[in-house]
Amino acid sequence: MVLIRALQFIVDHPHLILPKAGSQLLLSGAALGVALGVGLPIGMVTGHLRRWSAGAFAISSALRALPTLAIIAIGIGLYGLGFVNIMVALAILGIPPILTNTYVAVSSVPAATVQAARGLGMRPWQVLLAVELPNAIPLILGGVRTASVYIIATAYLASFAGTDATLGSVITNEGAYGLAGVIGATIVILILAFGIEALLALCQHLLTPRGLRRGVRLALEGSAA
Amino acid sequence: MSASVNLILAAGGGSAVIPHFKSSGTCVTSTKALFCWSWVSSHWGPLLEPGLIQHLELTAIAVAVGFVIALVAALVAHYNHWFAKGFLGLSSLLYTIPTLAFFEMVAPLTGLGKLTIELGLVGYTLLVLFRNTLTGLQSVSPAIISSARGMGMTERQILLRVKLRIAVPSIVAGVRVATVTTVGLATVAAYITPLGLGQLIFDGIYSTFKTELIAAGGLAILLALAFDAVLVLAQRIVAPWASLTAR
Repeated sequence: MVLIRALQFIVDHPHLILPKAGSQLLLSGAALGVALGVGLPIGMVTGHLRRWSAGAFAISSALRALPTLAIIAIGIGLYGLGFVNIMVALAILGIPPILTNTYVAVSSVPAATVQAARGLGMRPWQVLLAVELPNAIPLILGGVRTASVYIIATAYLASFAGTDATLGSVITNEGAYGLAGVIGATIVILILAFGIEALLALCQHLLTPRGLRRGVRLALEGSAA
Repeated sequence: MSASVNLILAAGGGSAVIPHFKSSGTCVTSTKALFCWSWVSSHWGPLLEPGLIQHLELTAIAVAVGFVIALVAALVAHYNHWFAKGFLGLSSLLYTIPTLAFFEMVAPLTGLGKLTIELGLVGYTLLVLFRNTLTGLQSVSPAIISSARGMGMTERQILLRVKLRIAVPSIVAGVRVATVTTVGLATVAAYITPLGLGQLIFDGIYSTFKTELIAAGGLAILLALAFDAVLVLAQRIVAPWASLTAR
């Protein structure tokens, strides 16, 4: 009953829902970009060197422990309300899964594969970019998928960081939009989160080197069984 | 919302609402100051400490209840593939619903009290706790299980005495993530019901006086880090055989 009214709300208010869904995606994309920019290089370098793993994991678990609303609150004090505030908070949310997965992915490329590449005369950065990275792609993108779901599902907190652009302005204003509006906005956020996740899963498949695809599929089934 | 007196202070050209304004010092009345230790020390007893303790309670109860549910569910799922898939699907759907929206959906049924908040928080711990416990149980090497069988252990003994113990690092890793996540979500819960440190954040969020925001946010971060550290220590004591880097 409430669900029907929620769907009705979405259909009745396209001019409210669509722009807010769009800017929620833009904000999430920007935050994911920043998280990638921080998490990928650190994970790749520490994974390649197979050193400082304790440091990489410590950064991940420390960032994971930072409550998003607390970062927004402290951010309001330090650099004010607005886009930067919510983006910093969301980027921090996205870094741990990307960093951890990248480290694990790069460092667990079989030693024999790396030695073979070295034997072919590859330089360290060539080994990283041409051998370790393609081998690590499936697991890295797994981390990116997790990060994107976290970020999209949390981007509604933008309303507390001083921007009313996201669907959070509906969720935080039950008084104006009613429970139907809240559930309607939630449904849209779920569609966005799982839609982007499915899209990234497709990318994961397409970007995985052909020779690895069968092995990856077997590994995934093995871990899910 | 709160029993404390909110005082409107005319400062500079504009006016500012300072929540929980009790004893004004020069720092508090100055609009330029970013952080006032004098406010923190005068409000620690009446405001910050109760908020911190309430927040700690909210988190501990939610993780404890969630842990029991997830552990039982993982033990069932270990033998029932369909249950595993169903529980995983349901808990990941629950995990993706924005926390605040979930509280608002449950509130008409359970009221605007602690019960609603705890229900929501427990729901969000399930995915991580369940997935890590199940993964831990399933990643025990077949050779170990064979040798346990060879020593004459029953299936039940193998599960409780062997698999569950070997799964400890994975389970603890799940409890750590679930706990720090709950500390964060409990701050958001204060938007529905004024509880814990989130209450102080929401009281101060539209004010020009930043000390309360920074203090409450800082305490939430410290609480999460402290929980994390305690859990790492607890694992070392309870399961000294488990490597700390394993996850």
